[in-house]
Amino acid sequence: MIEILSIFLLCLTVITAVAVIRARSLFTAVMLMGIFSLLMAAAFLLLDAADVALTEAAVGAGISTVLMLSALALTASKERVEHVRFGVAVIVCTVLAGAIFYATFDKPPLGDPNAPVHQHVAPEFFSITREEIGIPNVVTAILGSFRGYDTLGEVIVVLTAGIGVLFLIGGTAPMGQVSPSSGDQTIRGLRHHQPLRVIAKWAIPFIMIFAFYVQFHGEYSPGGGFQAGALFAAAIILYGLIEGHRRSVQVIPPAVLRAMAAGGALLYGAVGVVTMLMGGNFLEYRVLHENSTTAQQMGIILIEAGVGITVAGVLLAIFHAFAARDRA
Amino acid sequence: MMAPLLDVISWVMLVGGAAFVFIGGVGAIRMPDLYTRMHATSLTDTLGSLLILGGLMVQAGFSLMTLKLIAVTLFLLFTNPVSAYALANAALLSGLEPKLADDESENES
Repeated sequence: MIEILSIFLLCLTVITAVAVIRARSLFTAVMLMGIFSLLMAAAFLLLDAADVALTEAAVGAGISTVLMLSALALTASKERVEHVRFGVAVIVCTVLAGAIFYATFDKPPLGDPNAPVHQHVAPEFFSITREEIGIPNVVTAILGSFRGYDTLGEVIVVLTAGIGVLFLIGGTAPMGQVSPSSGDQTIRGLRHHQPLRVIAKWAIPFIMIFAFYVQFHGEYSPGGGFQAGALFAAAIILYGLIEGHRRSVQVIPPAVLRAMAAGGALLYGAVGVVTMLMGGNFLEYRVLHENSTTAQQMGIILIEAGVGITVAGVLLAIFHAFAARDRA
Repeated sequence: MMAPLLDVISWVMLVGGAAFVFIGGVGAIRMPDLYTRMHATSLTDTLGSLLILGGLMVQAGFSLMTLKLIAVTLFLLFTNPVSAYALANAALLSGLEPKLADDESENES
């Protein structure tokens, strides 16, 4: 049954990918990319990778579609038709596809417990997670503790991307420069649409609660800082779409967002420095508390909070930058 | 005695829901313009997903799973019609005129 569903989903993803390439309207392409992400999220869920599925659904299908659409408002809506010669590209693609296809023959079967990747460090991770960290979700343990350096790197990448976007399109567009007569939807929002307003008012608290649940329940169930940050940003973005950009900026001013983006990464790094000052290695949580289980959990909760704050701050700062640019 | 009966009820609901979603899909391909397509999909989608989730609830029995399914159903019930409203509104605002019966006869003649 799982195999049939997987094959069906993979066929759909291939069809969607081809449709994205063939779409000349950029709007269509963005929408198809959202569908592609949703299909990938379903495929990840079928493979029991619930954490990745949650990330793909929240970031891939949700936030990145919104950001792409806001970027689209700044550019043309049609792809420029260019006549290129396909000969070399076709040969390269065919050879590459053949090589990848050939490589799959050496691959161990799907879910084989004896595959090398499951024999290397994974058994150690499982046993340490159970004995030393005491949380059921091994993914969170790997992300937060065993691979703490990598996750710190990811947070810095998110922060750097945010800084780059703000530099490129200017995040500090002064408010109140637009004359009130300009009847732009980005200022007034969609407040006059009663159904949208009522439903958004009803849904936003639930999205917020879910974001915090995903943040703080991430050790026990799928979730963590990245997904929670994206969900939190989604709630504020929904508010901004309904009530207008200006009011969403009043909820969390851009200065606060920039402080959040930097502060989260700083919190993450600070945990590492504190562990060094307390006599351990960088991000070695066990020195934080006499009980090593408590210490590990403290460390993971702190760095996950840092991740969530940075992701939410960066996503919202980028969204505001695009929205402010729309009106100019 | 109860178990087979519950199975039959849930399968009737599941198959019925799938049929509605399928009809909606056919409508989305066959209908002439955006508004009629949306009419085909949004209504059948709401009913179809309700039936499918209802069938799953009968399968799950009284458990935490049912509570989660009820939450999902509520979210779909509230958001599905509203998203259809938003889509139709956006289409109208961006200047897409509904196709009327007169236009079609002109086009065909």
